[in-house]
Amino acid sequence: MIDFVRNVRLWFAPAAVREEGETPDYRFSLANERTFLAWLRTALALVGGGFAVDQFLPDLRWGWRVGLALALLAAGALCALRAVNHWVRCELAMRRGEDLPVSRFPALLSLVVAVVAVVMVVVVLVGWEA
Amino acid sequence: MSGAAAGEAERDPGLQPERTRLAWRRTTLSSTVVTVLAGKAALAGGGSVAAGAAGAVCCACWVGVLVVAHRRIRALAGGGLPEGLVPPYAAVAVVCLAVTVVAGAVLVLLG
Repeated sequence: MIDFVRNVRLWFAPAAVREEGETPDYRFSLANERTFLAWLRTALALVGGGFAVDQFLPDLRWGWRVGLALALLAAGALCALRAVNHWVRCELAMRRGEDLPVSRFPALLSLVVAVVAVVMVVVVLVGWEA
Repeated sequence: MSGAAAGEAERDPGLQPERTRLAWRRTTLSSTVVTVLAGKAALAGGGSVAAGAAGAVCCACWVGVLVVAHRRIRALAGGGLPEGLVPPYAAVAVVCLAVTVVAGAVLVLLG
């Protein structure tokens, strides 16, 4: 958590990142950038899913609809924040010649998406309508 | 890279700048889809001032993502040795998405 707060400062400070270590091969930096963008699109898909649940399941009971939509929106925001944090950490590791950081986040996100999918199937099949 | 390619140092067999440019383009397209969905939610809000304001915030964030992506695509299309992504661009794109989420939560709760 302390690392996260320190990294937040780096998100907005290009000079501070460039002061660390040596500039890696530009291809590695671009690959890191594409990974960041892929995570950002994952976040966008979650946010889009939240809007879709809200707009296209009008028969669902209010609590379920709003709860699922807000959960997907929050997951999207979390995924986006984590994407930029992970990008900064990878960039710093590459500049310092360290191992790339490992992360639990992909496994966690997979579990959340699986749970949401199962809940959606149950809700649609059982049809808890208003 | 083979020795014969040494003379043309600018050629990157992996086409990394192009792939990165296209990744930004895909991101703008995803962002557009999300903004259209947000716009639908805002219009479905029954024309209330709060829903309109939240929709406008989503559109402003979309423009922010487009501006960042446009600058980045221009930088990558310039040829020569591509510059790395600098943190504010990444952070601005993420902040735009986070603000969209907040406005979206308002829309969902209003709807």
